[in-house]
Amino acid sequence: MTATMPTDGVGITALDSAAGLPDGWEMVIGLEVHAELATKTKLFSGARNEFGGEPNRHIDPTTLGLPGSLPVLNEKAVEHAIRVGLALNCAIQPSVFSRKNYFYPDMPKDFQISQYDLPIDGEGWLDLPNGKRVGIERAHLEEDTGKSTHVGGSGRISGAEYSLVDYNRAGVPLLEIVGRPDLRSAEDAATYVSELREILVAIGASDGKLEEGSMRVDANVSVRRTGDPFGLRCEIKNVNSLRSMRRAIDYEAARQIDLIESGGRVRQETRHWDEASGRTLSGRSKEQAEDYRYFPEPDLLPVVPDPEWIERIRATLPLLPAQRRARLAGAAGVPATEASVVIAVERHLDDLAVGAIEAGADPLRTLTHVEHNLAVEGADKLTARAFAALVTMEVGGQLTATQTKAVLAELIDGGGDGDPRAIASAKGYEAMDSGSLEGAIDTVIAANVDQWERFVADPAVRGKLSGFFIGQVMKATKGKADGKAVTAYLQQRAGG
Amino acid sequence: MSGTAAALAADVRAGRRTARSVVEEHLAAIGAGDGEIHAFNLVTTDEALAQADAVDAKVARGEDPGPLAGVPVALKDNLCTRGVPTTCSSRILEGWRPPYDATVVQRLAAAGGIMVGKTNLDEFAMGSSTENSAFGPTRNPHDTSRVPGGSSGGSAAAVAAGFAPLALGSDTGGSIRQPAALCGVVGLKPTYGRVSRYGLVAFASSLDQIGPFAATVADAALLYDVIAGHDALDSTSIPEALAPTAPGVATGVDGLRVGIISEMLDGSLAPDPDVARQLRAAAAALTAAGAEVDEVSVPAAIYGLSAYYLIAPAEASSNLARFDGVRYGLRVDAPTTGEMQRRSRTAGFGPEVKRRIMLGTYALSAGYYDAYYGKAQRVRTLIMRDFDAAYERFDLLLSPTSPTTAFAVGAKSDDPLTMYLNDVYTIPSNLAGHPAISVPFGTGDDGLPVGVQLLGPNLSEATMLRAAAVLEEAAK
Amino acid sequence: MLVMADRITRDEVAHVARLALLDLAEDELDRYTEQLAAVLDHAGDVEALDLADVPPMAHPMPLRNVFRADELTPALDRDEVLSQAPAAEDGRFRVPAILGEEP
Repeated sequence: MTATMPTDGVGITALDSAAGLPDGWEMVIGLEVHAELATKTKLFSGARNEFGGEPNRHIDPTTLGLPGSLPVLNEKAVEHAIRVGLALNCAIQPSVFSRKNYFYPDMPKDFQISQYDLPIDGEGWLDLPNGKRVGIERAHLEEDTGKSTHVGGSGRISGAEYSLVDYNRAGVPLLEIVGRPDLRSAEDAATYVSELREILVAIGASDGKLEEGSMRVDANVSVRRTGDPFGLRCEIKNVNSLRSMRRAIDYEAARQIDLIESGGRVRQETRHWDEASGRTLSGRSKEQAEDYRYFPEPDLLPVVPDPEWIERIRATLPLLPAQRRARLAGAAGVPATEASVVIAVERHLDDLAVGAIEAGADPLRTLTHVEHNLAVEGADKLTARAFAALVTMEVGGQLTATQTKAVLAELIDGGGDGDPRAIASAKGYEAMDSGSLEGAIDTVIAANVDQWERFVADPAVRGKLSGFFIGQVMKATKGKADGKAVTAYLQQRAGG
Repeated sequence: MSGTAAALAADVRAGRRTARSVVEEHLAAIGAGDGEIHAFNLVTTDEALAQADAVDAKVARGEDPGPLAGVPVALKDNLCTRGVPTTCSSRILEGWRPPYDATVVQRLAAAGGIMVGKTNLDEFAMGSSTENSAFGPTRNPHDTSRVPGGSSGGSAAAVAAGFAPLALGSDTGGSIRQPAALCGVVGLKPTYGRVSRYGLVAFASSLDQIGPFAATVADAALLYDVIAGHDALDSTSIPEALAPTAPGVATGVDGLRVGIISEMLDGSLAPDPDVARQLRAAAAALTAAGAEVDEVSVPAAIYGLSAYYLIAPAEASSNLARFDGVRYGLRVDAPTTGEMQRRSRTAGFGPEVKRRIMLGTYALSAGYYDAYYGKAQRVRTLIMRDFDAAYERFDLLLSPTSPTTAFAVGAKSDDPLTMYLNDVYTIPSNLAGHPAISVPFGTGDDGLPVGVQLLGPNLSEATMLRAAAVLEEAAK
Repeated sequence: MLVMADRITRDEVAHVARLALLDLAEDELDRYTEQLAAVLDHAGDVEALDLADVPPMAHPMPLRNVFRADELTPALDRDEVLSQAPAAEDGRFRVPAILGEEP
């Protein structure tokens, strides 16, 4: 089992197995992601689709489900659904809206209009940065509900004296993206959500904000002994950040294993993540029996996107993260799962990296800078031309690594399109010719004879001691020396 | 009362009469007669006079006041009227003032029509006698011991009693045509999608259609032309524009092929003998006017009633879920929302509505969907196919509208199934989506009006109105 | 009327009433069971048909792809809407305590 490194960033570290599960156990995770679509108006009426604002301002007869009101489908929402489907390699298929019937005060008609047996997006998949493929079962359009505020008691639903209902959110278009239970760790689950969010934002379908609830995740978690069939699953709700989702999944898997190992059985149920206690809690029983009595929504007609429309939408898709990783990896001659490639795409610096490489910059050196030196504000303004020129100076020995970093920082401060040569010379970074560098090294050796003799005698300590010599040389040359050139000369003088 | 809608509008448009005088005359008739009939849940005196004055002002300014200028129109109380109570004759909506107008209400106003009131109906349009109103039954103006039919009984009675020359109703399984027949007036159910349902409180969404009542066929055409047409607020609205029907109403039926539905004449669905006699007379009148009349079988029509009483309640059970005491209408307080909703619905709905909600909930529930709702939707396809086959040979079909003349108040109210059988001839058109019209044709043995029904394929309203005008002329 | 208890049982009627949020008294339960059974019995002719090859008709008109443009239309006046509510507070609809959670 591989050790898990705690990371707060997402999608950076992809690991093969679950954290902290006892040997022989495996967790199985399938995610349902609800994404609010970035339309101006609601799914079935012209009321505004906007987060927040004064309560009950974005309402019209259809939003409130007033007697006599009727739904008319927002074309833009359908277009977004098709766009997401294409990005997730889904079959785009004829679809029908149904009514899901249940009583709840947040839901103005006491039924939800949702695509049921015929969703617009069929089978597809999403490739994670670590190369794993996660199946997409389907993605379907549905309307959001309103929101209740609970008054009295603790301000939570239980113990409240009464509740106040705001229907601004009612009717907001949602796309529910149902993933297959192909995930095996909380880390991969987080990577999946993060990758999905990247895609949704990249194609303009959603703003993907977990904190504001414009993207909501329900996690179906089960455990099994490796090789066994799937166990009974619990659906975890109320995870509002990637961090709480990872914690909730790990907690839930551990809870289920404990339960089974102590002779109990997992009950299929909905559980709620409680951030404060770090536990999932069993949902209270529902007030009504569950029988949604789905039937086709008679007030709406089938959606049968014609192939031309689909192709027109496909033509407007930008490069997606997986394609961008492949492009950069191809340009750099490294695998697409390489951390520096994944990070470059995550930070949206892949255009810059590809541009620099195409302009002749050394690929590995370019990726190294992107990974380590460009996590700063303004890095996106850096031009490929300036970046390539700088990397080429460094690789050509005209600048040391330290100097290169300094020039890079100044380039970025100056707006990203300066001349690295001008900056270097203004800073007084003149490349040391090899004669004066060797002279400086010889002077340092002469002043540190003990260390030099050990360096020559024992190749095993050379790594450590070359650090010492480089430090001394840097001091003597005020940082102008190139560390690599120093090492090379030391090796050469010590006799290989 | 004074004249047809067409004549009144012509007088008002020409300045020969004021809209105010027309409206005052009708309001006076309502005041004098509606205590006995109870056609109206609400008479909108002030609004009507204000609308009339606005029409008169337009005439005075030389502006076009519209084709229905100054004509009083009675609206079924399941059509939303902004700021004016819309009850569906249900306790659960008592006093509700919608914040918006139905599309047909807007079109009426734009055409210069004057809303004189909201008419009584079977609660949520569920019934065939207008006895299921929470506010008491409507009486048939021809004999007040009889029902006016339903569910649009108030609208039919209002026209029959001369309270208004025109009225709007809604027809889900015959709710315009059957009361039109029982009250001796004309009632048209247009092609599904021809008239916007926006603002019609839904009973069964895939069957509901708004349509006109009038004392004459020409007036029905006039009102139909005003309310028909595409509406972007109703997804099921038919997009194509059609020519007005009123100008061609009197052009006759020479060469028209009309099929009498044999099952509904003397087959398994035969009506009372006096109704069958009038049906034969109507066929003879069409033949005399130059139509080719023959018998035709529509075998699947016999399944209509069964399919309807699965589909309509199923859709209704979902459409009526929203009446839960949260946003509008009746609330019976309770400590929790769930209990409040249950108490409100229990107190707010009448027995027929509860019966259909339960029937529909059952038909949709897990394990029964395929056997009931799913199967009934397939029956609709069968019925449509049989109609399509008939329309290859015929332009229109002919049948009775109702098996009997108006029955006595209370006669059928204890037995739902017997009551449902009233709709056996009208239901198939709703299931197929096709238009149909009921036109008065003579009387039964009891001296009460008999209606005959003309059915046609989609968008055949113009043809249907021509044939109806021939029957109207022959019945004089 | 005959009691056709095999069509629908009293328990099923009680279950359906619960789903529909309706309270039924004991005598109502008896009466509705009998009446629903009669209607379902009448529907038996449909039940007996073999319609496997007949597609269901959901709409009378064969329309499809009916859309509206993503354009704002005027909102309702909140005060007018809330004036019709059984109870309102702070621009919102007020309801008693909500037990149970959203399904």
